[in-house]
Amino acid sequence: MILTAGWYMALAAVLFSIGAAGVLVRRNALVMFMSIELMLNAVNLTFVAAGSEMGLIEGQVAALFVIVVAAAEVTIGLAILVAVFRRRSTANVDELAALKG
Amino acid sequence: MIDLVPVLVVLPLIGAATLIIFGKRIGEPWSGWVASALVGVGFVIAAGLTVPLISGTTESESIQLFTWIPGLGVEASLLWDPLASFMALIVTGVGFLIHVYAVGYMHGDERYGRFFGYMNLFIASMLILVLADNFAVMFVGWELVGLSSYLLISFWFIRPAAAAAGKKAFIVNRIGDWGFLVGLMLIFAAFGTFNYGTVFDEAPTVLSEGTATAITLLLFVGAVGKSAQIPLYVWLPDAMEGPTPVSALIHAATMVTAGIYMIARSAVLYELAPATLVVVATVGAATAFYAATLAMGQRDIKRVLAYSTISQLGYMVMAVGVTAFTAGLFHLMTHAFFKALLFLGAGAVIHSLAGEQDMFRMGGLRKLMPVTFWTMVVAWLAIAGVVPLSGFWSKDEILAAAFAHGPYFIVLWAVGVAAALLTAFYMTRLMLLTFGGEGRWPDGVEPEEAPTLMTVPLVILAVLAAIAGIWNTPWRLGLEHFLEPSFEGVTQQQPPEGQAVVGLALIALVATVMGIFGAWSRYNKAIPAERSGFWKAALNGYGIDELYGKYAVAPGRAIAGWTATVLDQNVIDGLVNSVGRGVKSFGVSMSDTQTGWVRWYGAIMVAGTFAVLLWLLLSGGLF
Repeated sequence: MILTAGWYMALAAVLFSIGAAGVLVRRNALVMFMSIELMLNAVNLTFVAAGSEMGLIEGQVAALFVIVVAAAEVTIGLAILVAVFRRRSTANVDELAALKG
Repeated sequence: MIDLVPVLVVLPLIGAATLIIFGKRIGEPWSGWVASALVGVGFVIAAGLTVPLISGTTESESIQLFTWIPGLGVEASLLWDPLASFMALIVTGVGFLIHVYAVGYMHGDERYGRFFGYMNLFIASMLILVLADNFAVMFVGWELVGLSSYLLISFWFIRPAAAAAGKKAFIVNRIGDWGFLVGLMLIFAAFGTFNYGTVFDEAPTVLSEGTATAITLLLFVGAVGKSAQIPLYVWLPDAMEGPTPVSALIHAATMVTAGIYMIARSAVLYELAPATLVVVATVGAATAFYAATLAMGQRDIKRVLAYSTISQLGYMVMAVGVTAFTAGLFHLMTHAFFKALLFLGAGAVIHSLAGEQDMFRMGGLRKLMPVTFWTMVVAWLAIAGVVPLSGFWSKDEILAAAFAHGPYFIVLWAVGVAAALLTAFYMTRLMLLTFGGEGRWPDGVEPEEAPTLMTVPLVILAVLAAIAGIWNTPWRLGLEHFLEPSFEGVTQQQPPEGQAVVGLALIALVATVMGIFGAWSRYNKAIPAERSGFWKAALNGYGIDELYGKYAVAPGRAIAGWTATVLDQNVIDGLVNSVGRGVKSFGVSMSDTQTGWVRWYGAIMVAGTFAVLLWLLLSGGLF
């Protein structure tokens, strides 16, 4: 069996859906972050697969950008999470609804 | 040389700016001297610039300053011609004397510096008005004059009466300004320009009689407001609330002469509208007589003079109405001299009686204030029209011209003669009540002659009031020749020739003498009470103020009140508030979506993404 780009896309779609479901379903902020990472890497996979299929370098470039941005995002996100945890002793995002309209 | 014309305007403007800002720091008496000096220098420049006009080397010159409104082709330009120089000389000359007088009169006033700032602003405004080379610039001066008069009349604004008088002057003038402004718009519509030169050259070919009548009538509405004619004269008597030098300035040199000047300047237009001229002459004659009857009943010395001004302005308006423009301007000049003198004299009297203005509590000042008395005598005889003082020549020229103008105008002439009789009467009454008999002033007041600073302008004005007639006698029409270039293409009404003019003069003189003797026999021996009948009615101005109050001011206030409460608070505010409420309630209803749950937001984002994807798929954009 030859792995065509379609397989990678299918895998990416599955990973993305799992990630999205994780973000929506889980309440622990840490787990939500991991789910987001999963979504981001699913996107990376599509970039790289498409780039390789079409013979373009841009796919890998875009993936590198996403990795860098994801690293920054996680740093800030975890910092906020630590700060929140110190104040509220919880990582449950449903309890962090003070900005409710 | 001619480049100095803008300097005329700039000098008092600089004075005004400096004194309004730094007046307090410069203080007394220097701000007064600075203001006087600037106007005095202006007079010297104006006189210097008039020399080539008299010798005939130049006729008129236009000075372009800058393009003011490029879209309409309006230039800020000044005109130096005989008429402009004539007015500029009166404004700066009489204005200078009044400034010097005010240096003494305003002694000790809290806002001394600011007063002279306003005075200079007044002079500058009037100079802009008379030196303008087009109607747009004239309008600027016209409005500035209204502003400065407001500032000066309500100068002692702590007194409610003064504040109200300033407001009244401004509002009544605005009514006139409305007509003036609409007239200007019609001029622009007809000619496409405001320039005097173009308008007056093209007027005979461009204007139909109907348009000319409309334009001139509207301009006349402006003149009625500024020059205090029936029915807009009501502001002038109240303008007495200002300091006396201000009254003198308004009545003699500036402001009220603006209307006469404007009509004389637009003589070409007025000649094209015979119907307007009849209206103008009639209003003038009616005002001359009507105001004279009011002046007879006043007890306040300044109010007598105020109504007298209205009456004399009536003569001038009558003069321009019978196309005797030079006669009107001649009277404008002589009146400037003797009316300034009368006001300054009255100011000296009021000053020495510690602010008393009621003539029935004056009297006996003849010996105590000799300089004031004798200069006032000159002014009295001049305004009454006694030979050979200036008023006789100028008033007589107007009456003679009216007589010669046509059958209808003989009626106006008769009204004018009757007004002359009344003028002699009320002026004699004023003199006898103020200076004659025994002193009736309250105890503790010790009248004395005014300081030299105030008497010197009186003497100079007295000399001018006495001799100014020689500039335009029937034998030597000096002023008429001088002004000729400004009235090119205008047919002026001349007095009748030979015997007739002497006869008319005699009739006027008889009327004057009758008036003087009438008053003499009434007031010389005893002072009548004058508390009922005609005297009471005249004292109250025939209740015209109440009438206006009831039928113009009250409805105006009602409309203003209605717009303030019903229209503004309910309709306008209601609109604004309901927009605000709508946005607010929309926001409140939408705030339910802001649950604060991160996962909720995530779900919406996912849903949104799916919605966009679905839309792309369905619209066929993706595949």
